[in-house]
Amino acid sequence: NPYAGLVGHLRASWLSGKTRPMEYRMAQLEALGRFLDEKKQEILEATDLDMGKPSFEAYFTEVLLCKNELNVTLNNLCHWMKDEHVDKNLVTQLDSAFIRKDPYGVVLIMAPWNYPIHLILVPLIGAIAAGNCVIIKPSEISKNTERLVAEMLSCYLDNDCFAVVTGGVQEATRLLENKFDYIFFTGIPSVGRIVMTAAAKHLTPVTLELGGKNPCYVSDTCDVPNVARRVVWGRFFNAGQTCIAPDYLLCTLEMQEKLMPALREAITEFFGPNPKESPDFGRIVGDKQFRRIRALLCSGRVAIGGQTDEAERYIAPTVLADVLPSDPAMQEEIFGPILPIVVVANMDEAIDFINARPRPLAVYAFSCDSKVVNQVLERTSSGGFCGNDTLMQVTLTSLPFGGIGNSGLGKYHGKFTFDTFSHHRGCLHRNMGLETLNAPRYPPYTQQKLGLLTATFEVKRRGTCTLL
Amino acid sequence: GNAVVVKPSEVSENTAKLVADLLPQYLDKELYPVVTGGVPETTELLTQRFDHILYTGNTAVGKIVMAAAAKHLTPVTLELGGKSPCYIDKDCDLAVTCRRITWGKYMNCGQTCIAPDYILCDPSIQSQVVENIKATLQEFYGEDVKSSPDYERIINKRHFKRILGLLEGQKIAHGGETDEASCFIAPTILTDVSPESKVMEEEIFGPVLPIVPVKSVEEAIELINCREKPLALYVFSNNKQLIKRVISETSSGGVTGNDVIMHFFLSTLPFGGVGHSGMGAYHGKHSFETFSHRRSCLIKDLKMESTNKMRYPPGSQKKVDWTKFFLLKRFNKGRIGLVILAVLGVLAAVMTKVSFG
Repeated sequence: NPYAGLVGHLRASWLSGKTRPMEYRMAQLEALGRFLDEKKQEILEATDLDMGKPSFEAYFTEVLLCKNELNVTLNNLCHWMKDEHVDKNLVTQLDSAFIRKDPYGVVLIMAPWNYPIHLILVPLIGAIAAGNCVIIKPSEISKNTERLVAEMLSCYLDNDCFAVVTGGVQEATRLLENKFDYIFFTGIPSVGRIVMTAAAKHLTPVTLELGGKNPCYVSDTCDVPNVARRVVWGRFFNAGQTCIAPDYLLCTLEMQEKLMPALREAITEFFGPNPKESPDFGRIVGDKQFRRIRALLCSGRVAIGGQTDEAERYIAPTVLADVLPSDPAMQEEIFGPILPIVVVANMDEAIDFINARPRPLAVYAFSCDSKVVNQVLERTSSGGFCGNDTLMQVTLTSLPFGGIGNSGLGKYHGKFTFDTFSHHRGCLHRNMGLETLNAPRYPPYTQQKLGLLTATFEVKRRGTCTLL
Repeated sequence: GNAVVVKPSEVSENTAKLVADLLPQYLDKELYPVVTGGVPETTELLTQRFDHILYTGNTAVGKIVMAAAAKHLTPVTLELGGKSPCYIDKDCDLAVTCRRITWGKYMNCGQTCIAPDYILCDPSIQSQVVENIKATLQEFYGEDVKSSPDYERIINKRHFKRILGLLEGQKIAHGGETDEASCFIAPTILTDVSPESKVMEEEIFGPVLPIVPVKSVEEAIELINCREKPLALYVFSNNKQLIKRVISETSSGGVTGNDVIMHFFLSTLPFGGVGHSGMGAYHGKHSFETFSHRRSCLIKDLKMESTNKMRYPPGSQKKVDWTKFFLLKRFNKGRIGLVILAVLGVLAAVMTKVSFG
């Protein structure tokens, strides 16, 4: 087991209690802040090399959003770490009852390639804040960022408690043989299953941030240009390589006709007449992924875009019209700059369509009529939901971000990350005295004792008069 | 708001039959069916796709449940077990301590997941602990435990034999009498138990209480930490600081200080394990949360589109600065905050329109 030594070393650090004090955790988090400030340029360069990530996007997601999480955590850590005192019942009135937030121990964070810094740092911030030691496994697909993280993070974080492991599938598999106290995985559902199965061998709790096809329903009553802009922004951000991107559109035939020119205009507004020349449009991360996405183009008919360039791994911002549920683009998560439009007769058909498929990470609904938005929300199930926009629900640190069903389990962001990486330990600190109050619970059991016990333990339904 | 398949244990046959017969008479049969059966039936049931699985049982089966759940990416709550340690400080009221421990240990004939599994204490108080527990047992069950209506039996022969096997080679300070025909095992105390012995390897789940002598609280903490994390941890002391220290330097599902079991009865405390003792928690509101998906929702207005312009390509430094301002500032409930935000929003819209229009 090539990683046993490393895991053992981190476990020893963990058992020494080094990560427990708040000051230690704050210091490590501040160091992460310095990493983001000092290595900002390197981050923008690495993500550009990896997938042509526009620097505006890279700054926004890899630096800004991470700093946000860092500041929320640093501002509130003292409060989050405190014992949470809970309401007591009659029998425990004189006791101290609280929930202690214990670190799990040695945790593993496995990150994907699409937002390579963000998807390491945001979980890492919570893991450190909760007092754990962490092994970080960046994705080998975003090679440049992997190298950056492997080389740089060790200069900022305590190497006794935090380590980076690089490598591909083989290394990840060997790493998963070890016992971790928590595993946080972001990636695709099929690998999520492998991770959870490996975790089951050690009874390791997991958070799986997976994916799926995020439907986007556009009703007939809506502001077409605004919808088009918001959808185009969400779909083509990072060249479509976003787990919460609107994957496909559901609308009526009439709406498809109205949307098409608006979508075309929004794409031109954002990326100019030739998106290939725009510094604001990314590339596909690798050749394998490029070929996979290109194969999806033979679905429906290409209404906008469709151009590709294998040398540059460029796929133009593309909209496919009249796509059928049986088409290739509807068989898997697209994860590329292609937006299929599937025509439905009405909202009910759209909702049925969504519910017949695995639960996605996000459901989007656009309508000027709030009743429509609420109907879609109420009658579907997904990780998260955004009405009248795309992606924005994950920028709010007070909202938990996670999936359901095939799109994942667990959640994080803001305090939810801290809670994810803490064990909430129920503690009751009782009085050694007042032993006579305990008498009714001891054998020999009598009817009288039972009566007394009932009186002290019972929780009554509200509305029943306790005086009678 | 879920539909539930209930699978009672086949080991408690009579209760399983009762549940299978009665529950459908009270609950909607279509949504809350009861499935009975043993290992083959359970294995078959677990091949189906569920949206959450809550399993209470032992660690070994917990692993099987989680592995089956992994195939469908089903989240799980596992309430498992382990050896819940009970540390007795020299500075404590031994009579009260031992009465509380006796209650928690021998209730249900020791077949409680959060029963104090073994005692850790200084060798100098070991004999006093034994005497106090003996006295309490007399108080609870009388001279002849076997004839007390308040003392249970082991659930079946298999477990009876298993627990009997743990007594091998041990110093029995009290008890030890058994009767296979009725699955009776008397309340038993073992002294000077070695941490390497068989009785210290698995969860006892029976009326056998080993005392493992330790010379200090440090030794006790080390012993606890080199084992799998237990479901419950107990510490008895008059010294508040010592109790705080034991809690801070160990990990367990839950804790009761100066008593046993009682944290289970407070529904505001989450009840669950950690590590080999389980994952997830329930009781009170925690049960509701366990069985709900907290779905994040953001509802925006289709208007005010100009405030979105700062995030759209083509990118620029000015846009970055405005985005920073709007994302990094947190606005909470206050009305004044909302008014200021609205004014700022209008201002931003006007300014962006002017500069980009």
